[in-house]
Amino acid sequence: MLDSFTLLADWLVYDLWGLSASTKLGDALHFFIEDTTKIFALLVVMIYLIALLRASMNVESVRSWLVGKSRFVGYLMGSFFGAVTPFCSCSSIPLFLGFTSAGIPVGITMSFLLTSPLINEVAIVLLGSLLGWKFTLIYIAVGISVGVIGGIFLDLIKAEKMLQPFAAKAYIEAKQAAVKRERRRLSLAQRHQFAKDELVDIFSRVWKWVIVGVGLGAALHGFVPEGWFAQNLGQGQWWSVPAAVGLGIPLYSNATGVIPVMESLITKGLPIGTTLAFCMSTVAASFPEFILLKQVMQWKLLAILFCLLLFAFTLVGWIFNGVGLFLLAA
Amino acid sequence: MIEEGRDMKIIKVLGSGCTKCEKTAEILTRLAAEAGVDVTVIKETDPAAIMGYGVMSTPAVVIDEQLVHSGSIPHRADVEAWLASA
Repeated sequence: MLDSFTLLADWLVYDLWGLSASTKLGDALHFFIEDTTKIFALLVVMIYLIALLRASMNVESVRSWLVGKSRFVGYLMGSFFGAVTPFCSCSSIPLFLGFTSAGIPVGITMSFLLTSPLINEVAIVLLGSLLGWKFTLIYIAVGISVGVIGGIFLDLIKAEKMLQPFAAKAYIEAKQAAVKRERRRLSLAQRHQFAKDELVDIFSRVWKWVIVGVGLGAALHGFVPEGWFAQNLGQGQWWSVPAAVGLGIPLYSNATGVIPVMESLITKGLPIGTTLAFCMSTVAASFPEFILLKQVMQWKLLAILFCLLLFAFTLVGWIFNGVGLFLLAA
Repeated sequence: MIEEGRDMKIIKVLGSGCTKCEKTAEILTRLAAEAGVDVTVIKETDPAAIMGYGVMSTPAVVIDEQLVHSGSIPHRADVEAWLASA
């Protein structure tokens, strides 16, 4: 079925516009059209289907699940829910306060918030269609792990003492009893309505990122010589990973924009670990997010969180550069 | 439509000032004007105040201190129902 997008691009670029596949422009345009049409089609289908399934899930039910859970289960579930719950980063602060005032440890809440931007249905659709299921599984495992480990670390250093006073007070005075469990039963019509809203909402938010991301990817694809990255930023250069992480910070994007770029970087020979590190740093460590978190955290905690992310992504990069060859060959 | 002497409805839109919150406030103002209901729409961005309403996903809508909606831009039909009742 996915062949039809290649055929569409063939027809448009080679037949209709008369460009040759051997020119850089023709090659880049073909790549761009094939990828954007394929991604748009997959997104429409997947966002709708996933929304239909998870219509009854919301942050309130996640909170009631997490309240009073043991620490270990808490981090894992926090991170997992961060991946699957429909959630807009503009709600980060209310969610943080809602969880905190229910007595959920800061680390578990942060497991949720760290994983949330990294893994979502759009990211998975893109990864699966562009880089294959093996890479997608690796990406998911790394994303969940970053959330779990980040959460454990923040609780170990007692992050709750470094919150803004009103948030710290809310945690201390937390009332678990106040959180009631409510189950929503939805009819199929309600689920359809929700899924339709989600589709419109998410698609209208991400389509431009897909264009930008695939456009950049296409430019890389058409104009960077084969193997350039492997020669200049390959396995041997240990510093290329922290450099990629550093480069990712001022570049603020969501997963949608970065993943098409990742595909091009990898096919051009950038090591898998360096690529992952760059992508995760672009998506999860961004200044706008940090400015938001300032409302509930003191500078000290923000600085620690920032360093933690940089360190985690660098480590991810080094580890996967080490085992990447093995994984992709297997 | 408005009964004599009835107080003006106070509608608060809770949220961090993101585009969705702006849109929500705009919809509420517009639909209230269409329905001829006298309202004051206030944007509440203070995180502590939002926490006070127990809201975890924004934009949320509070009418006369009653939380009626959270997590998305409300639908037209819902808004009309809120404006008609109470």
